[in-house]
Amino acid sequence: MPTEYLPILIFLMIALAFGLGALLLGEAFRMKRPYAEKLMPYESGNLPVGEPRQRFSIRFYIIAMLFVVFDVEAVFLYPWAVVFDEIGLFAFIEMVIFIIILLVGYIYAWKKEAFVWD
Amino acid sequence: MEKFFETIVAPGAVDFMLYIGVILLKVIVVVVIALLHVAFATYFERKVMARMQLRIGPREVGPFGLLQPFADGIKLFFKEDIIPANADKPIFYLAPIIFFASALTSLSVLPFFSGFVVADINIGLLFLLAMSSLGAYGIMMAGWASDSKFAFLGGLRSASQIISYEIAIGLSLVGVIIMAGSLNLSDIVIAQHNYPTGMFAIPQFLGFAVFLVAALAETNRLPFDLPEAESELVAGYFTEYSGFRFAMFFLGEYTGMLIMSSIATLCFLGGWTIPAFITNFLPFLSYVPGIVWFLAKVYFLMFCYYWVRSTFPRYRYDQLMAIGWKVLIPLALANIVLTGLVKSLSKGLQ
Repeated sequence: MPTEYLPILIFLMIALAFGLGALLLGEAFRMKRPYAEKLMPYESGNLPVGEPRQRFSIRFYIIAMLFVVFDVEAVFLYPWAVVFDEIGLFAFIEMVIFIIILLVGYIYAWKKEAFVWD
Repeated sequence: MEKFFETIVAPGAVDFMLYIGVILLKVIVVVVIALLHVAFATYFERKVMARMQLRIGPREVGPFGLLQPFADGIKLFFKEDIIPANADKPIFYLAPIIFFASALTSLSVLPFFSGFVVADINIGLLFLLAMSSLGAYGIMMAGWASDSKFAFLGGLRSASQIISYEIAIGLSLVGVIIMAGSLNLSDIVIAQHNYPTGMFAIPQFLGFAVFLVAALAETNRLPFDLPEAESELVAGYFTEYSGFRFAMFFLGEYTGMLIMSSIATLCFLGGWTIPAFITNFLPFLSYVPGIVWFLAKVYFLMFCYYWVRSTFPRYRYDQLMAIGWKVLIPLALANIVLTGLVKSLSKGLQ
C-alpha cells in the first residue's frame, strides 16, 4: 500500500474541512437580508439583458483540444526525463523524433491559425 | 499506559493512531503557517505597491498596519453571503471550496527545509502540476454557476488561459527533471546543491524564464490577469461571490502565487540550499538555517509578482494567447532538446 500518499489525503481532508467549516461557522454569525434586487446578477446597475450563459467563440474549443495533445506530450516527456541518464543517447534520439512529429502538428495548427484570436 | 489502551482497542492500533496524529500535527502546522504567510502576502503586496506609487499603504490597524490582513479577514467573515437567485446552487457552493482546497493541498509535497515535507512522494512535481490544473475546475464552475455574463466570460477566459500556460509550465520543468533525474522535489534540490553552479537557474535560464512568465499567467496575475480585467469584466469569475466565499478565492489565488514561487525556488533557485561557491567564500553563511534561505527566495519571487504588477500594463487576450502558444511553448521545447543534447554530449565525452 502506498502509505506515502496518506498525508496527502489527510491534507486534502483538512483543507476541505477548513473551507466547509469556515463557511458553515460563518452562517451562524453573518446577517442575511436578501431581497429580489440584491439577488440579481451584477450588470453595472442596469437590469440584466439576455441570457448570461450565451454561445461563445469556437476558439475556446480549439484551445481545449490542443491542450489535450500537448499536455499528453508533456506527460510522456516526464518519465523519459527521469530516466534520461540511464538510457543516454538512444533516448535522446528517440525523443527528438517524438518532438519532431509533434512539431509537424504544431506547425499545422499554427498555419491553420488556431492561435489567432480576432 | 499503552497496555491499558491496547485492552480497549485492537493491538497495533495505538501505533497507527500515533502515526496519524503526527501527520495531523504536521499538516495543521503547515496549513496555519502557510495561511499566515498568505495573509501577510496581501499586506506585503499593498505596502510594496503603495510605495511604488508614492503612497503609504495600510497603516491604521496595528503597528505599521500589520494587523490589516486580520481586519480584512474578520470583515469578510461577517459579511453577508449573497447568492444570485438564478445561480446553480450546488456548483456555486462547491466552486470556492474546490479552488481553495486544491491550492492548499499542493503545499503537502513542498519541502520547506531539509527533511521537512508532509508527504515525501516520488512524483512531487507531477502532483503539483496536477493540483494546479484542478484549480481550473473551481474557476470554471464559479463562472458557470454564477448566472452572470461577466462571471461566465471570465471563467471561460481563465480556463483557456490556465490550460494554455499549463503546457508551457510543464515543458519548462522537463529540463530540470533531465538534470536532476528525479521528480521528487527534495532530490531536485539536492541535485542542484551537487551541481557546480548550485542553482539550475543558470544552466536552465531558458526554462527559468519560460517558467516565470507562465507562472504569472497560471495564477491569473498582472500583466496576464485578463480573466479578472476590472475595466471590462468587473471581477471575472468571482463577480457574484461575496463574503467568505470571495475570501476563499482570494486566499486560493495567493496560495497559488506562493506555490508557484516555491516551485521556482525548489526547481531553479536551489530551494533551502545556497551554492557551494558562496559558502566556500563566506563560510559563516552555512550556519543560517535552510528555512531562512527558502523563505528569502520565495519572498523575493513574490516581490517580483508585485513589481511586475505595478510596472506593466495588461496584455490583450490575443497577445496573451500568442505569447503562450507561439513563444513560450517553442522556447520550452527548444530548452528540452538543448538540455538533452548537452547532457548526451557531456556523457559521451566522459
